[in-house]
Formats: sequence, C-alpha cells, structure tokens
Amino acid sequence: MTAMVKAEGVHKSFGPVQVLKGIDLEVAPREVFCLIGPSGSGKSTFLRCINHLEKINSGRLYVDGDLVGYRQKGDKLYELKDREVAEKRRDIGMVFQRFNLFPHMTALENVIEAPVQVKRETKAVARERALRLLDRVGLGDKAGNYPSQLSGGQQQRVAIARALAMEPKLMLFDEPTSALDPELVGEVLDVMRGLAEEGMTMIVVTHEMGFAREVGDSVVFMDDGVVVESGQPREVLTNPRHERTKSFLSKVL
Amino acid sequence: MTTKIEKAGPVGTPPPAPENIKAIPVRHYGRWVAAVITIALLALLISAFARGDVNWGAIPDYFFDGEVLKGVRNTVWITILSMVLGVALGIVLAVMRLSKNPVTASIAWGYIWFFRGTPVYVQLLVWFNLGLVFDYINIMPIYKDEWSDFMTPFLAALLGLGLNEAAYMAEICRAGIQSVDEGQSEAAQALGMSHAKTLRRVVLPQAMRVIVPPTGNEFINMLKTTSLVIAVQYWDLLQATSEVGQNSGATAEMLFLAAAWYLILTSVLSVGQYYLERYYARGSSRSLPATPLQRVRANLLSFSNRSGGVGA
Ligand SMILES: Nc1ncnc2c1ncn2[C@@H]1O[C@H](COP(=O)(O)OP(=O)(O)OP(=O)(O)O)[C@@H](O)[C@H]1O
Ligand SMILES: [Mg+2]
Repeated sequence: MTAMVKAEGVHKSFGPVQVLKGIDLEVAPREVFCLIGPSGSGKSTFLRCINHLEKINSGRLYVDGDLVGYRQKGDKLYELKDREVAEKRRDIGMVFQRFNLFPHMTALENVIEAPVQVKRETKAVARERALRLLDRVGLGDKAGNYPSQLSGGQQQRVAIARALAMEPKLMLFDEPTSALDPELVGEVLDVMRGLAEEGMTMIVVTHEMGFAREVGDSVVFMDDGVVVESGQPREVLTNPRHERTKSFLSKVL
Repeated sequence: MTTKIEKAGPVGTPPPAPENIKAIPVRHYGRWVAAVITIALLALLISAFARGDVNWGAIPDYFFDGEVLKGVRNTVWITILSMVLGVALGIVLAVMRLSKNPVTASIAWGYIWFFRGTPVYVQLLVWFNLGLVFDYINIMPIYKDEWSDFMTPFLAALLGLGLNEAAYMAEICRAGIQSVDEGQSEAAQALGMSHAKTLRRVVLPQAMRVIVPPTGNEFINMLKTTSLVIAVQYWDLLQATSEVGQNSGATAEMLFLAAAWYLILTSVLSVGQYYLERYYARGSSRSLPATPLQRVRANLLSFSNRSGGVGA
C-alpha cells in the first residue's frame, strides 16, 4: 500500500535560515498523524510544504505516491505549472490556526465556493452537500451567518466543512484549536474525532496532548527542524526516550 | 454551578420589567450660539451677492438650455468612461505591480511613474497633438486613418483623463490588495483555486472595502477635472456654459450656473458612494450602519419621544 504522505530528507530554508533539516516520515492511509513540538520548530512549514504552499529546497515529498510540486522524467525534475499544483491541492484539505474563512461570504457561501469555482459543480449540488456538512459539524442553523457573526469555535467548524466540501483524501490541521477559548476547543476536537473515526487521513499539528493520545495513531515530536522522536502516542507521550521530548512534554502537560 | 441564584419572584411568574430611565437630556447651548452666528454670516453673504451686478434671472433661463444640457451629458459621460478605463487599467496595473514577474512589475512601475509625474492638462494636450508625431494611424488589417480624423476631441479627452487616472487607481488598488490578510489567499490556494480566481473571488472583493472610499473621491475629482477637456475642444459642461455666456453676454452668470451643475452632480455621486461603501462593508461588521434615511427617521422618533415622554 502506498503511503499517503512520504517525506525523504526534506529540507527547507528561508534565505539563510534552515527551518527543516531533513525530515523523514511516512503517513499511512486512514492514519491520524499528530505533529507536536515547540514554537518555531517548523511544524507549520512542513505542513505547508505538503500542499506546496512552500517549495522545499531538497529531498523528496510524495502525496499518495505523486511527487509534490514536480514531475520526474528520468533523473530530471520538472516544476509543475501553477494550474497543475492547484489541481493537486484540491485533494488536500487544510485547516488553519486563524480559520481564514472568507469574511465577505456567509458560512454556506464559504463552503460551496471551491466546489463551484474549482470543481465546476452546479450550485444546487454543492449547496446540498454544504448543508449536509454544516449540519454534520453542528452548524445547520448558521448557514446564513457571516464569519463575523460566529464564535471562534463555530468559525473553525465552518472551516473544516469548507475543506471537506472538496472531498479531500488528506486533511492537514495546523493548530486548529490554538486560537480558541478553552471552552470552545472541545467542539472542534469532537468534529475532528468524528472525521478520524470515518477513516480520514489526517496530519494534525496540535498542542492538545489529550487529543493526540486518544485519537492519534502515531505522534511525531519535532524540534529545530528535525524529527526527534516518533511512535505510538502512548510511548511518545508517556515514555519519551529523548531528553528534549521529556522537557517539552513536562512544559505542555 | 453550585450557588443558587435568588429569584425575584416566585418560580413561574416572570419578574416585572424594569422601569425605563426618565431624565432631562443635556442642553447644548453652544450649538445654538454657533448656529445663530453661522446663519447671520450666510445672510450677509447672500445679500452681498443679491445686491451685486449679477443678472440672476439668466441662470434659471439657461439652466435647462439645450446646449448646457448637452454639456452636462457629455461631462457625465466622459467622467464615467474615464473612470471605467481608469479603474479597469488601474486594477491590471496594481496586479502587474504586485506580480512576481519582474518584467510586468517594472512596466507597471514605469507607467505609474510617467503618468503621475506629468500634469493631466499636459497629457490631454499631448494626446490631441500627437498628430505631429504620427501622420497616420495604421493598425494594419483593422484600421487606417489620418491621425487628426482618428483623434477626436472625445478620444483625446478619454485617453488623457482615463490613462492618467489609471496611474492613481493603480496605487489605490495596490493598497487595497495589500490590505487583505495573506491567510485569505493562502486558504483559497489550499482549496485549489488558481491565482486569477483567488484574486477575483477572494482578494479583490475584500480589497474593495479599502478601494471604494478613495475611488469615490477620485470619481468626484474626475468630474471636476473634466473641465480641463476644454483644452481638447470637447463639448463639456464648462465649454457649453462659456459658449452660452459669450453669446448671451452673461459670462459670470453662466459660471455660477456651471458651478451649480457641478455641485448637483458631485452631490449625486456622494450619495452613490455612501451606498457603495455600505455594500462592501457587509460581513466586516456585525451590523451595517444606518442609512441616512433610517437615521433621519430614528432622530424624528427620538425627537417625538422627548416631547411625549419616554416611550418604548
Ligand atoms: N515565510 C517565512 N520567511 C522567513 N522565515 C520563516 C517563514 N515562515 C516561517 N519562518 C521561520 O521558520 C521557523 C519555523 O516556523 P514554523 O511556523 O514552521 O514553526 P512552528 O513549529 O509552526 O511554530 P508554532 O508552534 O509557533 O506555530 C520560524 O523560526 C519562523 O520564523
Ligand atoms: Mg505553526
């Protein structure tokens, strides 16, 4: 079975600053893969590399067996055109820390935007699915609200519905609950738990160790651009082998 | 919750509605004084004009004169067309200026540099006199003519005003586009939208909130700047009123008439701008501000409340 995501020696620098220093990992289909680590360790950057919002400098990154951002012919790499990159991104949903809903559109319009504009679905079809998705994240009655009229937790759930509307095979979550008041975190995690149960492949950058332990199939601890430790949540979170993991966990738990 | 809140009445009966506050509003005596002084000054000014050597009757006589109305129509027309050209080209230039392609970015930079750096009056004259450089216009298969026949006063006015405006609109649009959070285009791209679609569906609609207010000002400015097209002999409002003034001997009166028409037109534009801003503010605040009409109604209501006591 091909891995959903496979990274081999992924490096990424911004100018002189090396942010990712050789990441190797594999995410299996239907796996819930949790990425933890201190601020600035490169978790967001790695996530953004996966859907080619950032270009990697060296190494190889595959999604569902296909090279990200390039096409290989013989031993030569050819950059993909913008259109082709956009096409690949359709299959990868992304949820951001600050929601990034489109403020000039209602919740419903946010959710039908990409299916109609990108996949050329008819409004009726997209709308039906959007209402179903909004219902599923518990916001069936908020379809007509603008993001400014929703709480943070509600906005994030709309953002998840928006990503799901493209029927992705992989979902990336970048600290989806970090910008939320504590009492709103649960409602978002519940939605994610439901997704995991349905078998969605998910890569989740999170500081919610409870979620990682309960829902995660594997946990990777990143620090300073390298993978320090990885394994089953129980091992990594309760019996970390590395000093750095221990000291990080003692701070966040 | 462990503490129980003491209820006002027995369970089941709703508590009585609290009584509304009745208070005498603050009196603003300063406002009354200022109003009286202003009215007095206005009255002085008006009486000075009324006693002056002005044939006021000429203004209503010529207000709806055929030539004047034609001038009004042309002024409105050239304003709208120049702004359409300016906005469309301005958006293109702004996008070019912000693009990663160094060639398009420098072209846009050069364009803005040139058209903002020279007076629009000069540009108008240059368009009109380009015949000195080009005897013929020859767009090979489509069009061929003598320059002087091709470059009509209308076209010179449109190019002069519109191309100049584009340079200013480009800067306004650039500021608007840059005001939109980067997370927005990132989210759009993560959904698989192309650059063009991201711009059109996500970035520009949000940039509008920043772009519309200064564009409204540009529109009003443009309406007034069109008075320069007299330089290329385009029959605009000012040209019409000057002509009528010279023929009828009421030169100054016709200038007042022109001013009145310009005021009417700019006032209409201001109202339009207000509603446009309201439209593009949707979603950005929880409730839209009241329209002037709604505000007048609310004021009248509160006024009647003041005399009739505190009502619900
Ligand atoms: N576009 C950029 N240009 C320059 N430096 C960047 C850029 N994006 C990220 N960085 C740098 O890369 C490093 C890693 O950033 P990244 O956002 O991936 O960290 P993170 O692990 O997600 O941290 P956090 O938990 O705070 O979100 C940081 O030092 C950051 O300053
Ligand atoms: Mg981050």
